[in-house]
Amino acid sequence: METAEKTLDEILTLAAAHFKVPREKLSPDEDFFKALGIDSLQTLDLLTKLENHFRVELPDYELQGVTDFRTLAARIQARL
Amino acid sequence: MLDLRQYTCLGAALRDALDRFSSEICLIEADRDREKVRLTYSDFKELALPLARALEDADYDAGDRAAIIMTNQSKWLISAYAIFYCGGVLVPLDYKLNAVEHLQLLAHSKAKVLVVEYHLWRAIMESPDFQKIGTKIVLVTEAPLGVELAGAFRWEDFKRKGAPDFVERQKDDVACIVYSSGTGGRPKGCVLTHENYLEQCRALTAWYPFWPGVRYLSILPTNHAIDFMVGFIGPFVCGACVVHLRTLRPEFVRDAFVRYRITYVSLVPMIVKNLERGLRAKFDELPSWKRAYLNAMIATNRALTRRRPKVRLSRILLSNVHRGFGGEVLALITGGAFMEPSTMQFFYDLGIPVVNGYGLTEAGTALTLNDLKPFRADTVGKPLPGVELRILNPDADGVGEVAARSKTVMSHYLDDPELTLETIVDGWLLTGDLGRFENGGHLQLFGRKKNMIVTEGGKNIYPEDIETVFDGLPVKEYTVFAANYIWPMKELGRESLVLALRLEQNQKFDSKLLEDISARNRRLPDFKRVGGYLIWEKDFPRTASMKIKRQVLAEEIGKSVERDKIVEF
Repeated sequence: METAEKTLDEILTLAAAHFKVPREKLSPDEDFFKALGIDSLQTLDLLTKLENHFRVELPDYELQGVTDFRTLAARIQARL
Repeated sequence: MLDLRQYTCLGAALRDALDRFSSEICLIEADRDREKVRLTYSDFKELALPLARALEDADYDAGDRAAIIMTNQSKWLISAYAIFYCGGVLVPLDYKLNAVEHLQLLAHSKAKVLVVEYHLWRAIMESPDFQKIGTKIVLVTEAPLGVELAGAFRWEDFKRKGAPDFVERQKDDVACIVYSSGTGGRPKGCVLTHENYLEQCRALTAWYPFWPGVRYLSILPTNHAIDFMVGFIGPFVCGACVVHLRTLRPEFVRDAFVRYRITYVSLVPMIVKNLERGLRAKFDELPSWKRAYLNAMIATNRALTRRRPKVRLSRILLSNVHRGFGGEVLALITGGAFMEPSTMQFFYDLGIPVVNGYGLTEAGTALTLNDLKPFRADTVGKPLPGVELRILNPDADGVGEVAARSKTVMSHYLDDPELTLETIVDGWLLTGDLGRFENGGHLQLFGRKKNMIVTEGGKNIYPEDIETVFDGLPVKEYTVFAANYIWPMKELGRESLVLALRLEQNQKFDSKLLEDISARNRRLPDFKRVGGYLIWEKDFPRTASMKIKRQVLAEEIGKSVERDKIVEF
């Protein structure tokens, strides 16, 4: 069982790698649309990557209104 | 298809469609790659009538309002049909709004019944305003067994045996109340009659018919005027099939095209552009000889389809591209927001026309549509049959406000006679959009006269509606504008919101204030966020009742501040 902090850390690392930005530039409470300069469709690409990594399935409604990494991590953690 | 001239209400047309096409498939619902539901018209009827009977037994009467807050799925359409069967008025609400906004609109619409998905109901139950809910009967779909529903019923159990009474409605009776905006400020509930929908359906299917075997992929929210018409009423009265996906992840949408051999789909410009990006990236990866061959085929297709689309020919010339879309796509439908001509041309050259149009909730689904005779990427098409358009007070270039008269124009705004009088004048709907007619009767749009924006995702955003998020901001006064309202552009696109701030005397705009504004802005969904701010050095002009004179202020700002002085967040 992964801890919440480890999940969050892995998400930040994966997001940085996926969108080719330095890991240290991303922080948990940051708005990821702004931090990564991405739109909502590009976010969906990241989610697919995260789902494959954590082997969970997140329904679209779970992600509605989620804009920061910490909340995203909590939603994933709840399904691990 | 059914002859809609014979009908006075949607319920009767749908009822006859269910009998006439009983053995055809009307609905497919898939969650990712798992198909969950496949219904014939006859199956659909068997699911809807026990629900209608249960509603009638619960004293749901003709003219009573029933709201639906659901993502696109089979139970949306089944519930809507049951509501129409009882003679009810449907209030389709945007599932993307938050719980507070849902409660506001439920109160405004005075809905007696609510049909809602469990996860959305959970959010509504957790809202601090939940106790004020006045809705008598709540039906919750897909609720896990044993969970607390606060007096609501499980949709799946809410059924009664015995034939319900079909309640006929007249053409001028209300069919739907559709909110075009106004959650935070002044709710704009467009009251649309049965005639509005029947006429719209006739006009649209005259140009783009459906028939048994057509498969429409329903992605735009069904609460939206476009999907309600082309993802429900239109296909159903023609015996076609609607495909619902429970996820909108691009990879599953792409799979669905192929798996279900989709014929039509409506998309917002943002998604069409994303598809274009994906295709261009794939084309760029091709070896140079394949790329040269593809370019030659595209050029050939373009030359041969100059006058009109030739679908069979395009499918042969560009077979790989068409196979990626399932091989049976006839058109991508788009509307409601600005679509770049280059994107439309890109798809047209591949033999996949993007049919764009222009409409607003107040006028049903669409006022104009591209008829592809020939394809024009630079216009929003011609007025649909039965639609009269006029350009009011045209300038030297022929550009003025578009006004529309048609049997598809709404009856009025719910409980807002003042706004209705401002919007429908002598039978003409004033759209607030600027346009002119081109040779050949095509309409071209040139921005907006009104203070609003439409996002690339097709959302109408009214500045008044989002100002509440800045309530209590420690400045003297503030207001939000559409940037194009202050600085008219005479073109579409580049739409954004700007926060105008008037500071207190001797107040400095410091980092603390900026952080406060940014934090509030982040509370808004991304598509509603303000793009930047400007500091205004004078008090805002106000009416006797202290309302900001927005138009006067916008003109003053526009005259003395350049657009590039907006500080972006």
